[in-house]
Amino acid sequence: MIKRPKPERFRLRRTMMFMNAQKPGLIKDAYIYGCDSIMLDLEDAVAENQKDAARFSLYHALTTIDYGSTEVIVRINGLDTPHWQEDIRVCVAGGADGIRIAKCESAQDVRTVEAAVEAAEKEFGVEVGRTLLMAALESPKGILNAYEICSASDRMFGVAISGGDFRKCMQTTFQPDGVDMLAARGQMLLAARAAGIQCFDTVFTDLDDDAGFEAEVRQNKAMGFDGKSLINPKQIRLVHQVFTPTEKEVRQAEKIVRAIEEQAKLGIGVFTVDGKMLDIAFVPGAKRTLKLAKACGMYEGDLV
Amino acid sequence: MKNAVGREIPDFLLVDGKEVYQGKQYMDGKYIQKVGPRTRRYETPQETKVVASLVDALKLCGARDGMTFSFHHALRNGDFVANMVMKAAIEEMGLKDLTIAATSLGDANDPIADYIEQGKVIGIQTSGIRGRMGEVVSAGKLKTPAIIRSHGGRPRAIEAGEVHIDIAFVAAPTSDCVGNCRGIGGKSNCGSLGYAITDSRFADYVVVVTDCLVDFPNFPASVEAIDVDAVVVVDSIGNPKKIASAAARISQNPRDLMMAENVAKVIASTPYFKDGFVFQTGVGGPSLAANLFLEKYMDERNIQMGLAVGGICKPMVELLKKGKVRAAVDVQDFDLDAVNSINQTPGHFEMSASQYANPANKGAFVNKLDFVVLAALEIDTDFNVNVLTGSDGVLRGAPGGHPDTAAGSKVCIIVTPLIRGRMATVCEKVVTVTTPGDCVDVLVTDYGIAVNPLRPDLVECLDKAGIPHVSIESLKDKAYSLVGRPDDLQWEDQVVAVLEARDGTILDVVRKVKPLEL
Amino acid sequence: MEICKTASAGTLESSDCLVTVEPGNGISLELSSSVMNQYGRQIKATVLETLQRLGVENAAVTVVDKGALDCTLKARVECAVFRSCDASAENIPWGGIVR
Repeated sequence: MIKRPKPERFRLRRTMMFMNAQKPGLIKDAYIYGCDSIMLDLEDAVAENQKDAARFSLYHALTTIDYGSTEVIVRINGLDTPHWQEDIRVCVAGGADGIRIAKCESAQDVRTVEAAVEAAEKEFGVEVGRTLLMAALESPKGILNAYEICSASDRMFGVAISGGDFRKCMQTTFQPDGVDMLAARGQMLLAARAAGIQCFDTVFTDLDDDAGFEAEVRQNKAMGFDGKSLINPKQIRLVHQVFTPTEKEVRQAEKIVRAIEEQAKLGIGVFTVDGKMLDIAFVPGAKRTLKLAKACGMYEGDLV
Repeated sequence: MKNAVGREIPDFLLVDGKEVYQGKQYMDGKYIQKVGPRTRRYETPQETKVVASLVDALKLCGARDGMTFSFHHALRNGDFVANMVMKAAIEEMGLKDLTIAATSLGDANDPIADYIEQGKVIGIQTSGIRGRMGEVVSAGKLKTPAIIRSHGGRPRAIEAGEVHIDIAFVAAPTSDCVGNCRGIGGKSNCGSLGYAITDSRFADYVVVVTDCLVDFPNFPASVEAIDVDAVVVVDSIGNPKKIASAAARISQNPRDLMMAENVAKVIASTPYFKDGFVFQTGVGGPSLAANLFLEKYMDERNIQMGLAVGGICKPMVELLKKGKVRAAVDVQDFDLDAVNSINQTPGHFEMSASQYANPANKGAFVNKLDFVVLAALEIDTDFNVNVLTGSDGVLRGAPGGHPDTAAGSKVCIIVTPLIRGRMATVCEKVVTVTTPGDCVDVLVTDYGIAVNPLRPDLVECLDKAGIPHVSIESLKDKAYSLVGRPDDLQWEDQVVAVLEARDGTILDVVRKVKPLEL
Repeated sequence: MEICKTASAGTLESSDCLVTVEPGNGISLELSSSVMNQYGRQIKATVLETLQRLGVENAAVTVVDKGALDCTLKARVECAVFRSCDASAENIPWGGIVR
């Protein structure tokens, strides 16, 4: 049986690729495309009368397939269905890194899932607290409660918006400039940053519209998202490209981290690099840039 | 006797000077005695060569028991002609003990499997065998072992007299009344007739079968009237939808695209990727998709492809029209775009199978290839490739030009997923060696790239370009870790097919499969 | 486990398999596979092992395999058996007899 290492709450998650947990041909090696996280789906992709079969497939995939350093998240069925409890049991027993709570609307939803996860961890002898959580916000209520959702549990690593359902609730449709979800994306980002967790944008479904996809990914990056949900491996490359820091940003970040480490040894708190005032508060951002650069193969140093 | 790829070749096959495979270019510098056909003189001017039926044509050519008939496969899966001719010969004329020498056989030829089972067809020589034909031959129902040759090996064998064609049947989209044939201008167009050309010159008799008789002269002709005895007009020579598909589309399968991108990266890392390079790609998913990524590198370096070789389809025609490829030589067309382009788009020319790939002539086009990108059913840790037998041991593939292009090219790249369903494509020993490992240079899979240790120069290129690569053994291990180590196939003694290397030596044999008993 | 009624799981898609279990006397297995010659023995072993693990002693099992990996074979056999007992929806013994 494959034992996955303990999940990292905050790691690189530029790309989260959805995969139907019921399709053996898809899930057997979804990691080869190089996405940061795989999202095995028990929810919408699986027909109502195949939920049971999908769990058996999922269990054996999780315990047999070596996904390596690719994170494995499972999207479970909504709390308004008869499926979510067994979904949680199989995720925990199989050793999934995290669970995506579909249609999350309140902190209570998170706590309900957390309780079931904890019970399952105890049942299956898994370290309590190992299984991470993220929430998908799919309704106006979810967006309005974003902050309480984001801060509802120490297991929460991130929050994502689910565009399809959300747009329906808002009586709008996809708009190329993103105006349909501008407020929701903004609100969710604010909540996630305030709670100190990651934030992911929704899927882009028109696989033939390369320009539209690129525009949306660039907007995501500009708004401050950590990553994006994907429906097809061919979308991975562009997201990684856009979320890759520029050469200049990497060199700057390297300089900042080095300078701060050196100055800290000398006991100096505030100083300038290339004419810019810097202090210790710049370190996390700079280190994040370097980590990203490393993941993209642009940085090979040892500062992160 | 064991040959250079480690295959045991039974002694009964090693007669009349037949040798086992000794390694690539073993025959270099040796001589070949070409044979000439015995053909009838037509001194009295003929108004027309059109006869009323296939039976009339067969009679005119003195068709009798024990003869060898040849067919070309330019109509691919849409071909009606081979079936019609065999039906006329066997059911209407009562002929038996016939041998079929085809450039390839596919699902379209399923009805001929019946004639094998009835013992009327006793020999098959082909560059590919699929469908029911493959099944009955694998089941040991053909009286003599089938002989499988590459597209280049076949014209070599014909010219050397190892195959003597009594009557060549040329399915022709258009012909005039004296037998000048072209692959275009009719209702069942196939474009290039490259595979028919050698047969028309070396057969004792040549019968043209067309469904579109056009005005004399049908020029420029692929098969020329000077070689033709009779012309038969039939209702339809084939199903146009299956002859040339709608445009071959570049795969959108993300796995194919990922592999294709790596193929292009490998190509661009070598010194052969320079202005004027010569290139061939198969039409399989990832092979064809390599065109797309290659174009980007060509633009980046501001270079053009000098020549595209091979079976041609839309993506290559587009590059030609855009001026990114200076010329294309074409033995077969895979889609309507290519059919409509040959001899129309400047730089798009027809070539014969011998010109394409024959190892015994004075320089086939494959010898000018810088790169060829090919698929595989299996590849083993010695880089031997199988494109003929399924992993269950049944004949269901075609060496086609695979061994020829691999041997002639400077860089032969095999691109294939590591596993298909539960089958390990990268394996310990391929079922049948169709392309020897000494002709294969790079393997690109969805799990990594491996370079043949015989090519340290390419290892260096990849390293310099920062392209990660691993040993082929590690890819095989990865495959087996996913699917489990396969049990060895169980064989009976009976040899059902002999696989000739392109130079005429024996590369491998296929035996009858013993079904598994649980 | 007792096979209470006929049940099946899986599909005939490539890389999958369709497993059907019916009540029977002792274990009988009807297997067809697209990779029979090379994996027939291993598939049979996996199916029988899985049945044994589930404590199934009486069943007529039909497997139509389209190149499924072992993990998929196991999942389909288990699901079919649990379905035959109307027990596939909840409280599955993950890591117990299902492993």
